[in-house]
Amino acid sequence: MHVPDGFLDAKTALATGALSAAGLGFALRQVRLELPPRRVPLLGLAAAFLFAAQLINFPVLGGTSGHLMGGALVAALLGPAAAVVVVATVLLVQCFLFADGGVLALGANIFNLGLVATGGGYTVYRLVARCLPSLQGRVAALAFAGWCSTVLAATACAGELAWSGTVAWRVVWPAMAGVHAFIGLGEGMVSALVFLAIARTRPDLLPDAAPPKAAAARRREWVVLGLLTSLGLALLVAPFACPWPDGLEAVAARLGFAHQASAAPLAAPAAGYALPGVASPGLATALAGASGVLLVFGLAVAFSRLAVAKPAPSASDPA
Amino acid sequence: MIELFPQPFAPGDPQAGGLVRRWPATVKLAGALALIVGTALVPVGGRGWFGGMALLLAAIMALGRISPRPLLLRLLALSPFVAGVALAAAWHPGGTLDWRTTALRSALCLATVILLAQTTAFGEMLAVLRRVRVPALLITTLALMQRYLFVLADETVRMRRARASRTFTGGRWFAWRVAATVAGQLFVRASERAERVYDAMCARGWR
Repeated sequence: MHVPDGFLDAKTALATGALSAAGLGFALRQVRLELPPRRVPLLGLAAAFLFAAQLINFPVLGGTSGHLMGGALVAALLGPAAAVVVVATVLLVQCFLFADGGVLALGANIFNLGLVATGGGYTVYRLVARCLPSLQGRVAALAFAGWCSTVLAATACAGELAWSGTVAWRVVWPAMAGVHAFIGLGEGMVSALVFLAIARTRPDLLPDAAPPKAAAARRREWVVLGLLTSLGLALLVAPFACPWPDGLEAVAARLGFAHQASAAPLAAPAAGYALPGVASPGLATALAGASGVLLVFGLAVAFSRLAVAKPAPSASDPA
Repeated sequence: MIELFPQPFAPGDPQAGGLVRRWPATVKLAGALALIVGTALVPVGGRGWFGGMALLLAAIMALGRISPRPLLLRLLALSPFVAGVALAAAWHPGGTLDWRTTALRSALCLATVILLAQTTAFGEMLAVLRRVRVPALLITTLALMQRYLFVLADETVRMRRARASRTFTGGRWFAWRVAATVAGQLFVRASERAERVYDAMCARGWR
């Protein structure tokens, strides 16, 4: 999901760059305040770990394979502020050393994968893990959080592409969110399995094993990063998420790319999502989305039961 | 390493670059940034800019005696994202994207970054970042990541080889569990190594 250069225009690059700089600056300050000096090298090593872990292939159908993105996993392992620093470091090195992801799009990439995926993933993980504090509950929480982080990051990416006028929102969002709803299943499973492997061998490395300290600082971290993320998502996605076509047209006219989209009449985007018996297309889309999220949550719980209960299932086990 | 890094160029190869390697890193970094910003933001009709940019890059490559082959291979590896967006645009009947210009833009920007990475040591780039007052914690993290990146990647290969020589069972679910265990073990080892690195840093007078 690394956006290359040339896909974003100046205002999107500037806006996401400012958001990422603010978020990264805040995360660095937070880490400096609360991380003991002993743990400082862990940030660099965790970044190297994330990079190496992204190179491990997970076989999917046929000859294809996928890999971890890791925002939610690192957030669950190190906390949100440290995770923002780690993921941003990985993106910086990938950009400048391996030419993966654009330089001008770096702000957008750090926003999508650093702030949205880790912040959103951590929020989901905390909320679910608070309700289900057992190991199985935390594994389920991380599986669900991994899926949510992937879909949220894809949504932010789609919003940036649409806001730049590169591709229309009603084309790019269903495509990105649809593909990443599947990729996210793998991301959630891999994150949960890695977390489980660490919990089985070295539970003392997990943050929840340590006594909860500095709850206020943690909460402030969460609030500020959450606010930045929501602000960015509101900026990028809200203009397009409005279900009425005239709203979209008004935004298009205001941002000055209406002429580009004028070739196709803008229809209600919910046609493919219509549920029987629900009149409003906006409500139908929301209901369809909510039932999909609930389904994934159920899958995450079922998966955690399968993964935690049976340490060594047979090869014929359907996964 | 070959199986781990499909990127066909070796970053930070100290032999590559020739004359260009000796230019000051500040100039190279600032120049590359200016070129990328210009290329990404120049309006669609800017043929002169694209042509000039391609000529400039070719001149720098000739000056630094850099072989174009790795660059071309890397450009091919970019295509999934470009192809995906082009496909999405083609789906939409009133497609707003001139995907050829977009592909050209991203290819030129990519070539610039690759040239920069091939002719500039990572440490020099970090020194430039330090000079422009990037927070020290971020620079430490970047430096440590770059230092241990290849160590941990090697460790991954070793663990994978060890696993392959000991287990015989197949199955996708099993493969996933094993790969996840390798990743988890990698985190455990990275954490242990971080402790040792901290002791070594203290012994050398860090902070």
